[in-house]
Amino acid sequence: MSVFFDVHGLSFLDCGPYSFSLERGQCLGISGPSGVGKTQLFRALSDLIPSTGEVLVNGVSKAQLAAPRWRSQVTMLPTDSVWWYDEVGAHFTSPESLAYLQEMSPQLGLSEQIADWQVSQLSTGEKQRLALLRSLQIRPDILLLDEPTSALDVHNTQLVETLLLRLKNKEQLTLLWVSHDQSQLARVSDRILYMAKDKMTSVAPGVGD
Amino acid sequence: MVHTGGVISLSSFDLLLASLLMIVLALLSLFLKLGLEKKIIVFSVRMTAQLLLIGLVLRYLFSSTSFLLVFLMSFFMLCAAGREVYARQKRKIKGLAGYMINTGAMFVSSFSVTFIALWVIIDVQPWYSPQYAIPLLGMLLGNTMTGIALAVDQMTDQLYRRKSEVEQRLLLGQGWRDASIDIRRDCIRTGMVPIINSMAAAGIVSLPGMMTGQILGGTPPVEAVKYQILIMFLIAAGTGLGVISAVWASGKVLFDNRERLRLDLIRSGNR
Repeated sequence: MSVFFDVHGLSFLDCGPYSFSLERGQCLGISGPSGVGKTQLFRALSDLIPSTGEVLVNGVSKAQLAAPRWRSQVTMLPTDSVWWYDEVGAHFTSPESLAYLQEMSPQLGLSEQIADWQVSQLSTGEKQRLALLRSLQIRPDILLLDEPTSALDVHNTQLVETLLLRLKNKEQLTLLWVSHDQSQLARVSDRILYMAKDKMTSVAPGVGD
Repeated sequence: MVHTGGVISLSSFDLLLASLLMIVLALLSLFLKLGLEKKIIVFSVRMTAQLLLIGLVLRYLFSSTSFLLVFLMSFFMLCAAGREVYARQKRKIKGLAGYMINTGAMFVSSFSVTFIALWVIIDVQPWYSPQYAIPLLGMLLGNTMTGIALAVDQMTDQLYRRKSEVEQRLLLGQGWRDASIDIRRDCIRTGMVPIINSMAAAGIVSLPGMMTGQILGGTPPVEAVKYQILIMFLIAAGTGLGVISAVWASGKVLFDNRERLRLDLIRSGNR
C-alpha cells in the first residue's frame, strides 16, 4: 500500500517536528497528556495556524492548494461544536447536504426531521453528533477527530464509532483520532502514536492502557 | 450683541455666558459622581481652541485660492480623522495597517464624494475653492469617521468573540469571505444605521447643524434646506462607501494569505 497522508517535519508554535504517514482508509489514534498540543496539531494539519514542514495528501502538498480547498480535504472536527444560525438545517447549505443529513441522522440516533429543529433546543451530545455529520457532508478525504465522543454516552459513542469505521472501510475515509479513552483508541485505530512536545512515538497495542 | 447687517454677531461675552452651561454640567457630574467633570472641562476648552484656530486658518485660506494650501489642509484633516477613529477602538489592529485601514477608507469615501460634489454637482470655479472644499470635506470626514469607527470597532470585536464560529466555517472549506459574511454584514449595518436614522429624523426631530448654522447666518431657509439635502446625500453615500471599504480592508488584513483568522494582529485592550 502506498502512502496517502504524509506529514514530514511539521512544526508549529513550540511543538514538533513531527513526521508520520498513513495509508488511505487507515485510522491513526493519537494519545498524549493534555496540553501537549494535540488540538494545535490538528489546527496545523488543517492549515488553521501557521506551521513549517510538509503535509501532503496523495503527493499534493498544502502549499499547492488554495486554503479552503485544502481544508475541505483535510477537515478537522473540533471538540466543542459551534452553531451560528437558529435552525440546524441552515448550517447545511446545499440540497445535497440536507439530503445527506436526513439520510445519516437515524444512524446516529437523531430524528430524520432534525434539520427543522432549533439549535438552542439541542443537547450538547446531539450537537456533537450533528457537527460530525456537518463535517462529513463536505466529503473530506481525511477527517481529524478531536475527542469526537466527549459529550456522548456509551450507546451514542458506539453509534459514532460504528458509523466512522463503516465509512473508513467502505469509502476509504482516512481518520486521525484524538482521545483520552485508551480503550476507544484501541477499538478504532490501526495504530496509535503517543504525542510529546518534540516527537511522536509508536504505542504497541495494549501498552498505552 | 452687535448687529451687522442681517446677522447678529456674537460677542466674546455671549460665548462666555454659554460656557457657564459647561460649568453647570461639570458641577452636576461632580455631584452625581459621574467622573466626567475633567473631560467636560478639558474637551470644552480644547474644542474652543480648535475652532478658534480653524477660524483663523480658514480666514487665511479663503483669502488665497491656493491649491497647495487646500491640499495640505485636507491632508491634515484626513490624518486627524484617522487618528480619531483609531483612538476610539477597543481592540485595535496592530501597527500601521490599523491606522491605514481607517484613514484609507476615509480617503476613498470622503475625498471622492467631496470631489464629485465640487466638480459635478455644485460646479465651483475653480473646483478646489476653499470656501466650498474645506467645509464640505470637513462635514464628510466628520460623518464617515463616526460610521467607520463604529464598523471597524464592531468588526474586530466580533471576530474576537466569534472566533470559533469563523474557524469552524473555515474548517468546512469556506473562504474568508463566506466565513465572515454574517459578521461583515452586521458591521456594515452598524456603521450605516446612524446616518440612515438621521435622514429619517432630519427636519422632523432635528434641524441639522449645517442648516441651523446657515439660517442663523442669514441664509433664506429654502436655500439652506437645498444645501442640507445635498449634504445628507453626500454624507450617506460617503459613509456607506467608507464603511464598506473599511470592513472589507479589515477582513483583508485579519485573514492572511492562507485565509486563517489572525487574531494575533489585534491588540486586545481596554478602551
